Amino acid sequence: MKFNLKIWRQKNNQDKGAFKTYELDGVSSDMSFLEMIDVLNEQLIDKDEDPVHFDHDCREGICGMCSMYINGEPHGPLRGVTTCQLHMRSFQDGETITIEPWRASAFPVVKDLAVDRSAFDRVIQAGGYVSVNTGGTPDANEIPIPKSVADEAFDSATCIGCGACVAACKNASAMLFVSAKISQLSMLPQGKVEGAERAQKMVAQMDEEGFGACTNTGACSAECPKGIDLSNIARMNREYLGAKIGSQD
Amino acid sequence: MNLESKIPEGPLAEKWTNHKFNVKLVNPANKRKYDVIVVGTGLAGASASASLAELGYNVKAFCFQDSPRRAHSIAAQGGINAAKNYQNDGDSVYRLFYDTIKGGDYRSREANVYRLAEVSVNIIDQCVAQGVPFAREYGGLLANRSFGGAQVSRTFYARGQTGQQLLLGAYSALSRQVANGKVELFPRTEMLDLVMVDGKARGIVTRNLVTGKIESHSAHAVVLASGGYGNVFYLSTNAMGSNVTAAWRAHKKGALMANPCYTQIHPTCIPVSGDHQSKLTLMSESLRNDGRVWVPKTKELAEKIRNKEIHPNDLSEDERDYYLETKYPAFGNLVPRDVASRNAKYVCDEGRGVNSSGKAVYLDFRDAINRDGEDTIAGKYGNLFDMYRQITGSNPYKEPMMIYPAVHYTMGGLWVDYNLKTNVDGLYATGESNFSDHGANRLGASALMQGLADGYFVLPYTIGNYLAGEKYEKIGTDHEAFKEAEKSVKENIDKLLSIKGTKSVDQYHKELGKVMWDYCGMSRTAEGLKKAKDLVRELRADFWKNVKVLGTNEEFNSSLEKASRVADFLEQGELMIDDALHREESCGGHFREEHQTPEGEAKRNDEDFAYVAAWEYTGPEQPEKLHKEQLIFENVKLTQRSYK
Ligand SMILES: Cc1cc2nc3c(=O)[nH]c(=O)nc-3n(C[C@H](O)[C@H](O)[C@H](O)COP(=O)(O)OP(=O)(O)OC[C@H]3O[C@@H](n4cnc5c(N)ncnc54)[C@H](O)[C@@H]3O)c2cc1C
Ligand code: SF4
Ligand code: FES
Repeated sequence: MKFNLKIWRQKNNQDKGAFKTYELDGVSSDMSFLEMIDVLNEQLIDKDEDPVHFDHDCREGICGMCSMYINGEPHGPLRGVTTCQLHMRSFQDGETITIEPWRASAFPVVKDLAVDRSAFDRVIQAGGYVSVNTGGTPDANEIPIPKSVADEAFDSATCIGCGACVAACKNASAMLFVSAKISQLSMLPQGKVEGAERAQKMVAQMDEEGFGACTNTGACSAECPKGIDLSNIARMNREYLGAKIGSQD
Repeated sequence: MNLESKIPEGPLAEKWTNHKFNVKLVNPANKRKYDVIVVGTGLAGASASASLAELGYNVKAFCFQDSPRRAHSIAAQGGINAAKNYQNDGDSVYRLFYDTIKGGDYRSREANVYRLAEVSVNIIDQCVAQGVPFAREYGGLLANRSFGGAQVSRTFYARGQTGQQLLLGAYSALSRQVANGKVELFPRTEMLDLVMVDGKARGIVTRNLVTGKIESHSAHAVVLASGGYGNVFYLSTNAMGSNVTAAWRAHKKGALMANPCYTQIHPTCIPVSGDHQSKLTLMSESLRNDGRVWVPKTKELAEKIRNKEIHPNDLSEDERDYYLETKYPAFGNLVPRDVASRNAKYVCDEGRGVNSSGKAVYLDFRDAINRDGEDTIAGKYGNLFDMYRQITGSNPYKEPMMIYPAVHYTMGGLWVDYNLKTNVDGLYATGESNFSDHGANRLGASALMQGLADGYFVLPYTIGNYLAGEKYEKIGTDHEAFKEAEKSVKENIDKLLSIKGTKSVDQYHKELGKVMWDYCGMSRTAEGLKKAKDLVRELRADFWKNVKVLGTNEEFNSSLEKASRVADFLEQGELMIDDALHREESCGGHFREEHQTPEGEAKRNDEDFAYVAAWEYTGPEQPEKLHKEQLIFENVKLTQRSYK
């Protein structure tokens, strides 16, 4: 297969950046999208040109590191997969493919397609945990948790922190990411205790990081590779409002 | 050098309790006077950082990814063992201990393994308290499954994403300590050297992967939790960035590297599809519970399949060879990983492999689907089938899956004593980066257990014992030892950048991987290993003459990052070969063709090789020096593994 690749090149955070077009031939349909870029990079290195920088690690859809905006969609055209799981058989031979980094002011570009998502870490630090020290915990089976609740908490916990939800949102809102963590913990008895306070702190940090407001378009959930549901946002709003009311006295 | 394992006195079951009582304690008010560096934020590193910070130590945690949550532990699928005996099926601490020792082919320390089994129960309590959503039964209690051929159900899991959920739990505990100001995080920062002052580990030198800035960090103790080195094979199930650099640089500063040749090859991975392939994807071992492994009976049939002249579904029952079921009637498709892997290699070497490469065997769900229905099978393995389909474009409900073994885990690593301390004072190694608990072969679902056991429950005690004897004084990073280490790091980088050769780093890495896989992989011979040693040496010499690393140090430079890691792999690879060559026996993941029983099974030599091989670095291009820690078995009787 052959492709025209229009790739965002930006040397560093200070650089303005621009698209550059590359022609790539001899791509196999079995290649993953990242392997296709590997091939391009080998060719660039051969020509003494700086390879395209991008974040990646596990290459199996779980670490959340890969983050490419492909033809106007985070993680490309396929639903429910990350960029590393996208294969070239999902594209037409001869197609022009436009590749950009996540665009959001809370995620500044580091270089080319790599962005800084440490804002997500800071949101978790603000309260995305159960306050329990190592040791001194009760037996794991002491508090039974209905299977349906555990399963639902798992569905929220499955978020990989990739940031596609932010990239997909026209307001660059982080509501889906933040609500997934708040939901997971507030559904479980272990996390419920701190639920209200957690929601307040995490939302405050989210605002401070410069993520936009949620206008309920649902683009985030549609583009989320892990299918994190919009109901998480509703649940978070309940926790948050509950916290607001609770904090007035 | 005398390798002291520091195993506490007393009966096996009381050693850890006694030891915890005997360790020196640091007064709570004084803990804040000690700084600890933790390299790595996987299960081992994140759990250690969180626990040490909770105790009051000042922790600095490092990882090369953009966030600690992305460490390779995130990818573990199957589950985590613990001797809870919730199923009342006869499990116990002793049984988990026994299974681990036996599974490791009697090449691990009894006392360490017993402690691991003992604290395993606390891990599950801890994780549940953190909000880890483990699988549950309808009654609300935790669910278990049997895993990797274990006779009891002791594996806890969170769908096929156990590693993710456990790591996010540890990451949340770590994040809480960041918020408390007790942990300082350094993402996108790679450790490139260990700094020694007066014979003790007192800090590290790092490179900021975005700016290229070389920096020093000083502490009273350094913990390496930097993961395994399976990527020496280039293709493996490890994440792309997994590397040996932190451990290897510590090795060059005096830490012994133990049993480097013990590599685990996992039997159920998606086969290689072409030269472009960058990593191999593991398919959970649980598939072997229902899938039947086979290849065509004859070479001729296999060839026709490879050429797509016939379809596997067209083969009649007697044209199929269910080789595991025939050869191992008792265990069948559930034989341990090494046995399953080796047998796949044999049938492919015979020319009966499938896939265009001839390097694959079938894992067939036809009979299971006929028996239980497609829905039931989808319920059990749906996500794995989807993943397989996504990667290969083939539908496992309709045609047999293809699998092939791939490098998965490295049992070798830095030598540590019972306290998880290396032979270097002040330097600790935990998780996959140490050699300790799995002997020559790791049981499924035991790596997650070990990483968390080390970090949550072992290290906080043993490191306290060490620090209690250390002075509070900090050493400034202007100390000459730091300056020297920084200088040598810079020189190494400058050298890589100045070669300006013609071959990319990836090309060297691929070539190294091929040599390692062909000669130091699933089965090894003296002749092959000797050849491999020459090849690796040649490749390394060529690398330092002809590698092409573009750009500068002062920028985000992925080629430079990789070059510095591959340079270490090129040295580590040779040591793995030396270790494999010297170990004249077969055990666990190390199979020497010269040493097999008449039935073709691994033949151990307990008389001469029941020891840990710990290698000492003696200088560039010098042979490493072997030290032996004799393994003493007081509680288990050594038997030959048999799965017939
Ligand atoms: C696909 C797959 C599935 C698996 N499934 C299971 C399973 O079901 N059950 C099980 O028990 N085990 C499983 N394992 C094994 C298990 O996942 C690993 O052994 C374990 O997670 C290793 O944890 P760790 O904390 O030691 O290292 P890692 O998780 O690899 O973490 C290493 C850390 O060190 C950092 N690091 C490395 N080098 C440097 C450096 N030079 N400077 C700074 N930081 C550095 C990294 O950034 C990272 O944070 C699986 C492994 C794979 C590959
Ligand atoms: S909610 Fe979905 S898109 Fe957003 S970070 Fe999590 S996994 Fe990625
Ligand atoms: S590289 Fe890990 S999710 Fe894509």
